[in-house]
Amino acid sequence: MLRDAALVAGKDLRLEARSRVALNQVAPFALLVLMLFAFALDPDRGILARVTPGLYWVAVLFSGLLAVQRAFAVESTDGVADALRLSGLDPAGVFLGKVAAVAVQLLALEVLLGLGVVVLYGADPSSVALLVPTCLAATLGLAAAGSVYGILAAGLRVRETLLPLLLLPVLAPVLIAATSAFESALGGFPGEGWRWLGLLVVFAALYTGLGLATFGVLLEDG
Amino acid sequence: MEPAVHLRGAVSLLGRFPALAGVDLDVATGEIVLLRGPNGAGKTTLLRCCAALLPVTSGEAMVLGHDLAGLTGPARRALRRQVGLLAHATGLYDELTVADNVAFWARAAGADRADAEAAMTRLELDGRLRDVAVGRLSAGQRRRASLAVLLARRPALWLLDEPHAGLDQAGRDLLDGLIGDGARAGAAVVLASHERDRAESIATRTVTIAGGTIVDDSVVGAAPPVATGARRAP
Repeated sequence: MLRDAALVAGKDLRLEARSRVALNQVAPFALLVLMLFAFALDPDRGILARVTPGLYWVAVLFSGLLAVQRAFAVESTDGVADALRLSGLDPAGVFLGKVAAVAVQLLALEVLLGLGVVVLYGADPSSVALLVPTCLAATLGLAAAGSVYGILAAGLRVRETLLPLLLLPVLAPVLIAATSAFESALGGFPGEGWRWLGLLVVFAALYTGLGLATFGVLLEDG
Repeated sequence: MEPAVHLRGAVSLLGRFPALAGVDLDVATGEIVLLRGPNGAGKTTLLRCCAALLPVTSGEAMVLGHDLAGLTGPARRALRRQVGLLAHATGLYDELTVADNVAFWARAAGADRADAEAAMTRLELDGRLRDVAVGRLSAGQRRRASLAVLLARRPALWLLDEPHAGLDQAGRDLLDGLIGDGARAGAAVVLASHERDRAESIATRTVTIAGGTIVDDSVVGAAPPVATGARRAP
């Protein structure tokens, strides 16, 4: 299973390296969202500083949606879905590989957006001990839930519009917990953030388990 | 010896329509069976059933020693690893190079990089084309890349749906040579084709399908001798 996961993750990252969709489209989109929020919420009134955690995770969520859509769009073209079924790869390995590739791209994006909120919003990322595990757990949850719903929508003609409708409500707990953990970390009282980190870990574990158990069926029916 | 494909009264439903309506067919290792028939006769459905991509809803269906009824999980994956399907679609990632595609699908099926390199060399994709993205290739070159994937996987059962489509004369000759070599090495080959003369020249048996049933089954040539050890055992 892990061999298959490494094979799929390597292929997906190679696809990204060749197409540069995340670099040329998703990352600029994410930065644009941050900049538009900065224009919309006057930085002089102190609103930006208060809502930085929420804006950061909204930007991550929207960008993550694009990354998940892209990750499963490439599996729906020109007979690739059949080739994947015929490949003999372990579906659980395919799931873990997709999750890993999406997570790597999201983590890179989160670093970029982190720099963005420091420069544009003046955020102070001093509580690294809480910020880093929050990012890791939220990213895993986002990638795992995204992969479950990504393969569910992959075989449908309306997948581009259906996926956000399915996925965004499901990811609401990630948005709330990650935002709350970031508020604690950036506000200088990280103690309260650990409970929210726990919720993120549970969410990530739940969707990773769900994906491992159901990806084979979803792949066959896609 | 147990046939690579053994179907008795095989029925496959597409919705409520019986795309296969009781097919009886045996394909031995080393045989090259040409499937003929009009559009919608059930040729593609038959190939996809043999690849365990479509269910056989009733009847007896054994492929490479696996009973297709209720085939799930590891057993289905084990069967599919031994099957090479060349369909109308390429099954390739447009943005990856030919070499990346062949290497990925070969390794997914348990073959190694040497198998992938050998397949690309055989399909004459080892020159400048190996590092070209599949999306930039012509239709014929893509077909060759798909064939390279099939060859690299070293399947025991070749299922070819209109394999000559899109290939130029040299490509068609190359394909015919590959099919002959595959059969001589012990693979069972089932190909669906409308190109009667060319396909009949390489087939050892011709099967005509119409309305989801076999209406004619005739031997047109002797099965090529089977080489030992060159292919995975079915």
